[in-house]
Amino acid sequence: MATNKKSAARAPAPASEQTPAAVPAFTREEELAAYRQMLLIRRFEEKAGQLYGMGLIGGFCHLYIGQEAVVVGMQMALKDGDQIITGYRDHGHMLASGMDASGVMAELTGRRGGYSKGKGGSMHMFSMAKNFFGGHGIVGAQVALGTGLGFANQYRGNDAVAVAYFGDGAANQGQVYESFNMAELWKLPVIYVIENNRYAMGTAVTRASAQADFSRRGVSFNIPGEQVDGMDVRAVRAAGDRATKWCREGNGPIILEMQTYRYRGHSMSDPAKYRSREEVEKVRHEQDPIEQVRARLLEKKWVGEDDLKKIDAEVRDIVNRSADFASSDPEPDPAELYTDVYR
Amino acid sequence: MAELTYRDAVARGIAQEMERDERVVFLGEDVAKAGGVFKATVGLYERFGPLRVRDTPISEQAILGAAMGAAMTGLRPIAEIMFADFAAVCFDYIANEFPKLRYMTNGQLGCPLVVRTGNGGGARFGAQHSQSIENWTMMIPGLKVVAPSSPLDVVGLMAAAVRDDNPVIFHEHKSLYAMKGEVPDGEIVDSLGTAKILRPGKDATILALAMMVPRALEAAEALAAQHGIDCEVIDVRSLVPLDTQTILTSVVKTGRLFTVEENPRLCGWGAEIASIAADEVFWDLDGPIVRITTPHIPLPAADHLEDLAIPNAARIAERVSRVMNGSQR
Ligand SMILES: Cc1ncc(C[n+]2csc(CCOP(=O)(O)OP(=O)(O)O)c2C)c(N)n1
Ligand SMILES: [Mg+2]
Repeated sequence: MATNKKSAARAPAPASEQTPAAVPAFTREEELAAYRQMLLIRRFEEKAGQLYGMGLIGGFCHLYIGQEAVVVGMQMALKDGDQIITGYRDHGHMLASGMDASGVMAELTGRRGGYSKGKGGSMHMFSMAKNFFGGHGIVGAQVALGTGLGFANQYRGNDAVAVAYFGDGAANQGQVYESFNMAELWKLPVIYVIENNRYAMGTAVTRASAQADFSRRGVSFNIPGEQVDGMDVRAVRAAGDRATKWCREGNGPIILEMQTYRYRGHSMSDPAKYRSREEVEKVRHEQDPIEQVRARLLEKKWVGEDDLKKIDAEVRDIVNRSADFASSDPEPDPAELYTDVYR
Repeated sequence: MAELTYRDAVARGIAQEMERDERVVFLGEDVAKAGGVFKATVGLYERFGPLRVRDTPISEQAILGAAMGAAMTGLRPIAEIMFADFAAVCFDYIANEFPKLRYMTNGQLGCPLVVRTGNGGGARFGAQHSQSIENWTMMIPGLKVVAPSSPLDVVGLMAAAVRDDNPVIFHEHKSLYAMKGEVPDGEIVDSLGTAKILRPGKDATILALAMMVPRALEAAEALAAQHGIDCEVIDVRSLVPLDTQTILTSVVKTGRLFTVEENPRLCGWGAEIASIAADEVFWDLDGPIVRITTPHIPLPAADHLEDLAIPNAARIAERVSRVMNGSQR
């Protein structure tokens, strides 16, 4: 879509009428890199869930399990200097952007070595070293902020692109459309990634959205959009490549609707009564983003079971070390209550 | 008489009013089928149906705007803003629309609606989901503001809020949802603008609101047992209108005034009451008016930091005893 001529892009065809882009293959190295990153996020989140169950993590903890291909595929399409911003379901985005697992886990447990010294918690972490701009608890707020990141890129004349991630539920916030209009009006280099995981808390997309084809949410602003199989990391990467190119060429913003699924509850306290176990199991069995890569790696005989076990062990080691750090690192000093309020 | 949780009391209060008055409708995010993110509205959807109990998209401006539009025609909507912090997302309606309507329409239109919201901290939710915003709402002429501290008050004040002809901001405290209390059977209707003396005492007046109420009561018991200081604890309950009668009568009796506030210090509700007391009963005071508050900081997520930030019984008792024993600070 984004690679089409401008006129075509001005009036995006409904996703149902688009010819699905063929999914380009990954090289062995790309498959392995994607596998490792997605597995890291999955194992990290499983561990966070355990620590929550043990009472080491309090408050909110929104797990990203099931959606790993989205951030990992997008990250593969980005280059140094591109910025990322998201909501509260942010652990995956941080790990994908290269932030340190121990620093993230220690923030979840509210410790000194956490990215925000324990003051931010699960929903509020940032790393300027990795161009990760948070971590925001107010649904939809990051969409306008991401637009501002794009504005700054245009102002500075660099060719960096801002990626603003938000959910299907967040897509019904008013500031999203204020942002769309301004971004297109000013041709800002922003990729709006709508992670459609089919639910916003207990509300299924169809119960909350009059237009559930999120790729069309920019139509009245002339922002092109694409629906992407967000469970296939290759499809995500390819869409990310098209989108970054579109933005870097000065065409303005673009919308990518990632069709994905969250396996766990909205947060740790959600019994998920609004959907059936079968629905979750079906996605897990038929579409799991990690299993897809694993199957391809084995099928092509690019790796053997032993190689995968080795990656598993390495990933587990990183995650275990992050958990050890997060449970042994001291709690923040009481004086921290008053730091970084003003300067 | 039944023992109810604070969360069940919310549903009971809303149900009582919906049963009585067909003009009452209820809307918010995940409030109907899921029964609310804090499970405070369980059963309403089943009982009153999808026309009167509605799940909305995540669109706070549309929720409050639609509630007001309906109220302008005479319906009596109850709208939920899930976390009080999100009031900032739709503050136009709270600050510019609801409270000015009657005034600007020469009294032709009113805005009889209730905004219920999960206020306050203590749940490790961090800076954007833990704020006590009662003072944000207190400062706007045209709004009424209540914050119950017990299941009984939730039911009675909810009824009073729904029956009131003005916009009422109803602050539920999210760390009190699990609290239990006795609630009599049958219809319960309280009145806005009334404070409640929960513990009579002669030495000092302690004013508290919402989650600070049980903590102030606990502190008062400790002060009596350990220091022989007999405190009168008043649950302010309603910030607008404010029951200055009950509050000032108590201050005149005890000669000492303390406020216990969860909102951040600057412009907290107690500052307003301190100012009123200084104006009206200054010569009856035997010592400085002292405010015990959360400092003027955002709230941290880390549990031990959050516990240090929000006033607790030990801190209240310590502060009151020191001031009562003659030390200023
Ligand atoms: C302004 C605002 N309204 C409501 C909420 C409460 N809330 C947090 S997450 C959420 C659901 C968001 O769903 P979606 O955008 O689909 O993201 P997902 O959780 O599926 O990743 C809601 C209603 C909030 N944090 N901020
Ligand atoms: Mg969602």
